[in-house]
Amino acid sequence: MNARLLPYLLILPVTLFLCVFFLYPFLLVSKQAFTQGAGFTLENFRDVASHWKFPISLKNTLLLAAVVVPVQLALALLMATMVNRMEKGRDLVLYVWTIPLGISDLAAGIIWLAIFEQSGFLNSMMTGLGLAEQPMNFLSYQSPLMVFTAIALAEIWRATAIMLVILVAGIGLIPKEYYEAAEVFGASPWQRFLRVTLPLLRPSLQTALILRVVLAFEVFAVVAALGGTLFPVLMGEIYSYQFDLQNSNGAAALALVVLGISIAFTLVILRVLRVPKGATI
Amino acid sequence: MAVIEIKNVAKTFGAYTALHDINLTIADQEFMVLLGASGCGKTTLLRIIAGLETASTGEVWIGGRRVDHLAPKDRGIAMVFQNYAVFPHLTVFENIGFGLRMQKLPNDEVRRRVERTAGLMQIDQLLKRYSGELSGGQRQRVAVARALAMEPDVILMDEPLSNLDALLRMEMRAELKGVLAESNTTAIYVTHDQVEAMSMADRISVMHKGEIVQAATPLEVYRNPAAEFVAGFIGNPPMNFLPATSQGGGKWAVAGELFDGPDRSAPLKFAIRPEDLRPAEQGLTATAKVIEPLGAHLLVTCEIDGEIFRAILDSDMTVRPGDRITLAPQPDRIRWFDPETTLSAV
Repeated sequence: MNARLLPYLLILPVTLFLCVFFLYPFLLVSKQAFTQGAGFTLENFRDVASHWKFPISLKNTLLLAAVVVPVQLALALLMATMVNRMEKGRDLVLYVWTIPLGISDLAAGIIWLAIFEQSGFLNSMMTGLGLAEQPMNFLSYQSPLMVFTAIALAEIWRATAIMLVILVAGIGLIPKEYYEAAEVFGASPWQRFLRVTLPLLRPSLQTALILRVVLAFEVFAVVAALGGTLFPVLMGEIYSYQFDLQNSNGAAALALVVLGISIAFTLVILRVLRVPKGATI
Repeated sequence: MAVIEIKNVAKTFGAYTALHDINLTIADQEFMVLLGASGCGKTTLLRIIAGLETASTGEVWIGGRRVDHLAPKDRGIAMVFQNYAVFPHLTVFENIGFGLRMQKLPNDEVRRRVERTAGLMQIDQLLKRYSGELSGGQRQRVAVARALAMEPDVILMDEPLSNLDALLRMEMRAELKGVLAESNTTAIYVTHDQVEAMSMADRISVMHKGEIVQAATPLEVYRNPAAEFVAGFIGNPPMNFLPATSQGGGKWAVAGELFDGPDRSAPLKFAIRPEDLRPAEQGLTATAKVIEPLGAHLLVTCEIDGEIFRAILDSDMTVRPGDRITLAPQPDRIRWFDPETTLSAV
């Protein structure tokens, strides 16, 4: 066997798989997005962009990502640093913290719905403790901030662990000697975190942030469970184009818009967190 | 001025005792080498002095100040690590200036000190590079420059040359010795390499199983080992040992020959360095086993009464395996050890 051809041969199956089940459907969706009846057109994009719900769902999606991702990043960094310091029980703590990852996003949404709805845990606890006289409807159109908070909380609870596992692995790769050198040369624990951990964690931060940001733009089931139509997001709009309005060209166009946003953010993250040549561990 | 005093320092890790009651005083501007095999506790002792490890008991004093409760940065030390620990995400300039930035020195002072130490270590051309673009030797220079830039009272070095190849190691050894002598700092240098220890140290502390067996000048350690361990550890090949029996009146029988020794009756071990043996008419009779020509010398491994015995002879000699040779020890170089205590018996 020719040793130069072997690698290509070995990646052939997965390449074929991706072509058939990813690239081909993607091309079909793109075609749908850019056609109406016959011929090439941008009409679909004009349609979806001029719909009254487009600006609000775009704003909601971006706002949710802007709130959730930084909180998750900070939490994941804190949790990863804590886990890394542990000598015993490290694996157990990691398993417990990553349990939400095993739950589907719709189930996660329903769990938080069970907490926030009018007959939910939060209300029965508050009335039980005498903090409220009667159950309140948190998730109504009258309290958009509360709806947003509930969705953000559910998202943070559900998806912080995916960043955590990436960052734990990344922190584990940083040699201890760097921390000792920083300590000897006068860096406080906070300075060590800022000047050693964060810069050396850039590759893991890139991966974790890209993954998390892309997933944040795809938020759907949690929002559907907690906010319903009160909090429109882009993915929900794609769903309603496809199934409620029976407009698959519009759905395809909107899907490409989300893809475009995801790619743009990915490029920004890659650029901001790039590691100069020769500066890797 | 930085005298280092280590008083009754011990360190245990669970049931394992890494250091037993260490007492050591290192003079101002002295170059002290901690020498020993791996696991002897030398790195642990260095890390306790640095503050990266806490002693289980005992005190560490630097410059007349008790420091064992202080953070590393407050001890007036700088350190060179075995794997250099040159930060990969910072340029050479920022690496050397790292400690100075932590001290919040003004920019022009940082620049002045970085440039001076970089010049001293001959890396002033590399200031804009990242560590990934440097060779091992250059990284080593950055690590030393970073320590020197702190202008510390004490520089601690943990096997700083062990990752370099042999030729570079020899070059850096001499250079490091020169640079440190000029910097007027007290230096503690950990190594397992006896050549490094002999060639660089003002004094060597030979460590074994968590204790300092001997702390003396290189020549003293070589010529008058305080214990059998030191005699067997220092020197390549190490000292030869043979059992000796007292004949009374300070006379000792060694492999059928009589030698003058200490006047005592309990048995002793006779010891001699391989290079202190000469072929002669009268002396220890040995059977040659392996002959290794080393260019300048001939290393002959032989057997005397079933004991391995090595001699370094002139390379002009012709010896073949199986030959019987007679070796005369130089009388003033003979040493005696007590097999009970393993200590020198003078």
